[in-house]
Amino acid sequence: MLTKENILTLLEEVKDPEIPVLSLVDLGVITGVEVTEDDHVTVNMTPTFAGCPAMDYMKKDVERTLEKHGISNYKVTMSFDKPWDSNKLSEKGRRQLKEFGLAPPPKYDLILDLDILEHVKCPYCDSENTDLRTPFGPTLCRSMHYCNNCKQMFEQFKPL
Amino acid sequence: MNELAIKDLLYKLADDQLILGHRNSEWTGFGPILEEDIAFSSMAQDKIGHSLAFYTLLQELGEAEPDTVAFTRNANQFHNSQLVELPNGEYDFSLIRHFLYDNAEIIRFEMLSQSSYEPIAKVAIKLKGEVKYHVLHANTWIKNLGASTEEAILRLQSSLNEALPYALGMFEQSTYEQELIDAGIYAGEEAVKAEWLKRIQAVIEKTELKLPDLASIEPKFGGRYGKHTEHLQPLLDEMAEVFKIDPTAEW
Repeated sequence: MLTKENILTLLEEVKDPEIPVLSLVDLGVITGVEVTEDDHVTVNMTPTFAGCPAMDYMKKDVERTLEKHGISNYKVTMSFDKPWDSNKLSEKGRRQLKEFGLAPPPKYDLILDLDILEHVKCPYCDSENTDLRTPFGPTLCRSMHYCNNCKQMFEQFKPL
Repeated sequence: MNELAIKDLLYKLADDQLILGHRNSEWTGFGPILEEDIAFSSMAQDKIGHSLAFYTLLQELGEAEPDTVAFTRNANQFHNSQLVELPNGEYDFSLIRHFLYDNAEIIRFEMLSQSSYEPIAKVAIKLKGEVKYHVLHANTWIKNLGASTEEAILRLQSSLNEALPYALGMFEQSTYEQELIDAGIYAGEEAVKAEWLKRIQAVIEKTELKLPDLASIEPKFGGRYGKHTEHLQPLLDEMAEVFKIDPTAEW
């Protein structure tokens, strides 16, 4: 007999292919897991960014992981029903991002203004004496910043 | 609810984003500085992702699947505004177009996030967060460059004058305009245009640029119903070149 908790534990194994320390559960893209009495598993997912090329890969990875654990009766869906925003990143996920060298997005009221982008805390030295260089980076979810304290470029997982 | 009216709305939203997404992608490898190369490439990826979200809604209403819709139509079957199909020109023109377009796009998404047609509202709620970054990017550069050197100001002013008739063409009304408004699906082009004007004025006022009297400009309409400039078909041919080699290939 499978439970929702079993499935969420299995999904901890599935990592963001561009940030391999971060699980999809901690990223916040798993929006729902349902297990029926006859062990049919439904996993609902939502994209971080609508144009993110990694989402299709992540969906397939979820399917592969379920199969690897002997679950063949499943359905994985992708929708905007519960849209992702960066507040959905877990506390564990935020710590992992920082250790990976990416500044985690600040928790915010979902009203994006320049202030929350201008002085992002540097993931290397924790200084807030930093500048936004560009709101676009090597992937759709990252912005680029410069730390005036430790004199290094760094990236932020940007608030959305 | 009139399905034809909703499809008409979805096609114009999706086609604008696909075509501008393609134009933005033409900056990849050619940006004036690395950050701008990355910015236009990222916005290209976003825009094409956004068009996919709307083509997917169309598919749910019985239209062909997104790749077929994107890659097999001819220019006269596209509903995009002429603004987005114009060649990139130099950086000043691309920047002005980006500024005029994205400031309208975010208003559309803000309004559509209140739509009575729930599938559109869900997509719009998601996408408006992403387009904020596009608007932020455009407004920052217009403010910086529009108050910098004489050459920058002259170039931007000349591009602004050139792009405005096409920008006003974005607000061409749908044949279903009143029906969409009455049903609470979409607030309509006049409402978008009024808010757009306020927002672009607020940015332009912080620069040395002058917004010409819009009443004296003849908008370039026609794009919403298949009338395009000579620039669209070559763009489509290039965009679909790989797809057409083997339309049945699995990617």
